[in-house]
Amino acid sequence: MNTVVAQLQRQFQDYLVSLYQQFTELRKLQDEGTPDFVAEVVSLFFDDCSKLINTMSRSLERPENVDFKQVDSGVHQLKGSSSSVGARRVKNVCISFKECCDVQNREGCLRCLQQVDYEYKMLKTKLQDLFNLEQRILQAGGMIPQVNIS
Amino acid sequence: MGMVTESQFHVLAVDDSLVDRKMIERLLQKSSYQVTTVDSGSKALEFLGLRDSNESDDANAPSSSPVTHQEVEINLIITDYCMPGMTGYDLLKRVKESAAFKSIPVVIMSSENVPARISRCLEEGAEEFFLKPVKLADLTKLKPHMMKTKLKKESDKPAKEDSAVLKPEIREEEASVIKIVPLHQEVEQEPVLSKRKATKEVISTDRSRPKYNDITTSV
Repeated sequence: MNTVVAQLQRQFQDYLVSLYQQFTELRKLQDEGTPDFVAEVVSLFFDDCSKLINTMSRSLERPENVDFKQVDSGVHQLKGSSSSVGARRVKNVCISFKECCDVQNREGCLRCLQQVDYEYKMLKTKLQDLFNLEQRILQAGGMIPQVNIS
Repeated sequence: MGMVTESQFHVLAVDDSLVDRKMIERLLQKSSYQVTTVDSGSKALEFLGLRDSNESDDANAPSSSPVTHQEVEINLIITDYCMPGMTGYDLLKRVKESAAFKSIPVVIMSSENVPARISRCLEEGAEEFFLKPVKLADLTKLKPHMMKTKLKKESDKPAKEDSAVLKPEIREEEASVIKIVPLHQEVEQEPVLSKRKATKEVISTDRSRPKYNDITTSV
């Protein structure tokens, strides 16, 4: 049982290291009183992503009638929330996305939209794996390892 | 959950983003503040009890003077800068222009680092400007601003207890002269020391104002 836990913890640590910088601040806010905080916030974030991507997709749909203002507003919101939760890769795409918007480059915007969609879904999957690992560790009687990287 | 014996500071957080509201709420709670969140500047004003003066063309609206008694006492307002409708800057101006609420410290948050924006806000009376994402460490800057207001408020009120302290001379003193010091710490050498000691008794408990312990988050 101990080796199983140890293995899981190692796996957890590997995952955590790769996402660590992104979610340090978020995790600081979670405690025994609010054990679901991180899960709730990222869930809200993913909902946000999904909604905004849909809206922007509609705005970019017809080449002859693109509402760049709408797109810009969506990118701004996405950049903000991804920055708040620590979703660095999503945020970085938003930076390029905004540039495409500023010069009204529809093709560029579409590419960025696709990338943002990819990044947030990847993140969602990774986080789901992480949360699942956490659950398995707890159920196996282990503690969630703390990771300290300076 | 029950009565807190020492007064807790209550912060009003304003942000149109749901994710950011959740974040700032948690950050503030983690820093031991009571929090109410709203999603717009106009809702913030409504919560404070300050009518939106845009209602002045409504014949049935009361005069634009603010409700002088606050339902809930707010010790600090923290607001996002970029919001549709009323921006954080607009909200800041409205608060500072209002006789009833201008003493409430206001902090602005923004995801964009625009120096002109920052100085504009500070000039208009914002106490701090936080760059998003806001961190727990940033919130330690809030307490001094809230303490200053509470102390000033206490010295403005008529004495409920038989305290020799609340003489007219104190009311005329600038807030900056009174040192803000947590009660358990040493008070620095000041000629004001004797007045400070007596003042401590007044601010240490807060029986005079109604306490609301179950403020729910309004969005």
